[in-house]
Amino acid sequence: MKCRKCGATAAINMRQHKLALCADHFLEWVPEQTQRFVEKYKMFTLEDKILVAVSGGKDSLSLWDILNRLGYHADGLYIGLGIDGRRSPSGEGIGYSDESHRLAEAFAAERGLTLRVVEVEQTYGATIPELAVISNRGRDKPCSVCGLNKRYIMNRAAHDGGYTVLATGHNLDDEAAVLMQNTMNWAGGYLVRQAPVLEATQPGLARKVKPLCRFYEREMAAYAIVRGLDYIYDECPHAVGSTTIYYKEVLNQMEEHRPGAKLQFYLSFLQAKEQGLFALKPGDAELHACDKCGQPTTAPGPEGCSFCRLWDKVRAVKGARLPASAAITDPVEA
Amino acid sequence: MTVKLSYRNKEYEVPAGMTVRDALKKIGLQPETTLAVQDGKLMTDDTILKEGMKIKLVAVISGGLRP
Repeated sequence: MKCRKCGATAAINMRQHKLALCADHFLEWVPEQTQRFVEKYKMFTLEDKILVAVSGGKDSLSLWDILNRLGYHADGLYIGLGIDGRRSPSGEGIGYSDESHRLAEAFAAERGLTLRVVEVEQTYGATIPELAVISNRGRDKPCSVCGLNKRYIMNRAAHDGGYTVLATGHNLDDEAAVLMQNTMNWAGGYLVRQAPVLEATQPGLARKVKPLCRFYEREMAAYAIVRGLDYIYDECPHAVGSTTIYYKEVLNQMEEHRPGAKLQFYLSFLQAKEQGLFALKPGDAELHACDKCGQPTTAPGPEGCSFCRLWDKVRAVKGARLPASAAITDPVEA
Repeated sequence: MTVKLSYRNKEYEVPAGMTVRDALKKIGLQPETTLAVQDGKLMTDDTILKEGMKIKLVAVISGGLRP
C-alpha cells in the first residue's frame, strides 16, 4: 500500500478515512489534525497554560509531544498510584507505577519540559490498591477509587497550579466505549456531560479538554511507535478484563466489518447533543465547596466530598500512619 | 517457510505468503487492535509476510485483549 501524499510505502492505513500514509506524512498529519480539533472545539490557544495529565502510556505522552511540537505551553502532571501489578499472590510485581513514572520523567527530561508529580502514598498515606481494600471499594479492581482520586488530584493540581486548562489523552476508542456503556445503561446524567471540552462552570473546577478525542486508539499507538516514544506497553494491570475494554472489543468487532463505525457513533452523538437531544435537568451538576478541602462537590455537608470521606475512612483504619492534614495538603510538587 | 510473530512475550509461527491481516486473524487477534512492526517500522495489514521475517505485534488497547 502506498502513501496517498508521496507514493512511498505506507506505514499505516486508516480505513475509516480511506487514507494510507507513510511514516513521515503520518507524523505531520497527527499534529495537523490535533490542531484542527483544538480549534474546532475551542479547546485552548497559545496564550493558555496547559497541564497535561501524563500516565507514561502512549496517549498521554503522544499528547504532550504533540502540544509541545505545536508550540503550546504545556506542563505534565504525573500521579503516582502505587500500583505494583502483581499478577498472582505469589508472583513478582511488574512495578507498573515505578516504570510509568520513570518513562514520564525521562520524556520530560529529554525535552526540557516540566513534570509535576503527586505521589498518592506520600501525599495522602496509602497506595491506590491499599485504598481499595481498606475502603472496601473494589478490592481486586481498584478502578473506581483510582478514578475518583485521579479526577480530584488532576482538578486540584490544575486549579491550584494556575493552569487555565487540563488536557487528558482520551482517544476516540476511550470516548466511544464510555459512550456505549452509558447508552446501554441510559445514563442520561453521564451522557449529557460527555464532551471534548468540559467547561469550568463552578469556582474550583478546572477546564478539561480531550484533544485526541477523534483519533482511533490504533492511530495513537502508531504515532507513539513511529515517533519513537518510549511508553509503557502494559499500562495498568487492573485494566485487564475491565468493562471499558469489553466495550472497546465490541466496538472493534463492528469496526472490522464496517470501517468508520466507531467514528460515526461518536460524531453522531456529539451532533445529537449539539441539536439538544440531551439536556441537564434543573439541579443536575449543582456543585458546592467541600467543607473539608474546598474542592467542588455535589454532596455538601460536614462529612465532606467523596474524596475526603474515602480518606477519612482510611485514616480511621490506618490511624497515626497518615498525616492529619492529608486531605488538604497541596498535592502539587514541582 | 515460516514467519515468526511475537506478541506479549509469546511466539507464534505462520506460513510465509500470508498478509499481516490474515496472520493476525490466524493467531486470534483483531487486526483493528494490533499493529505489526518490523525493525521498528510499522507495516500496513496488506503487507505480505516473507520467509524469515521477524514481526513484533503491538496491542493498541492498553492492558487488554489477549488471544
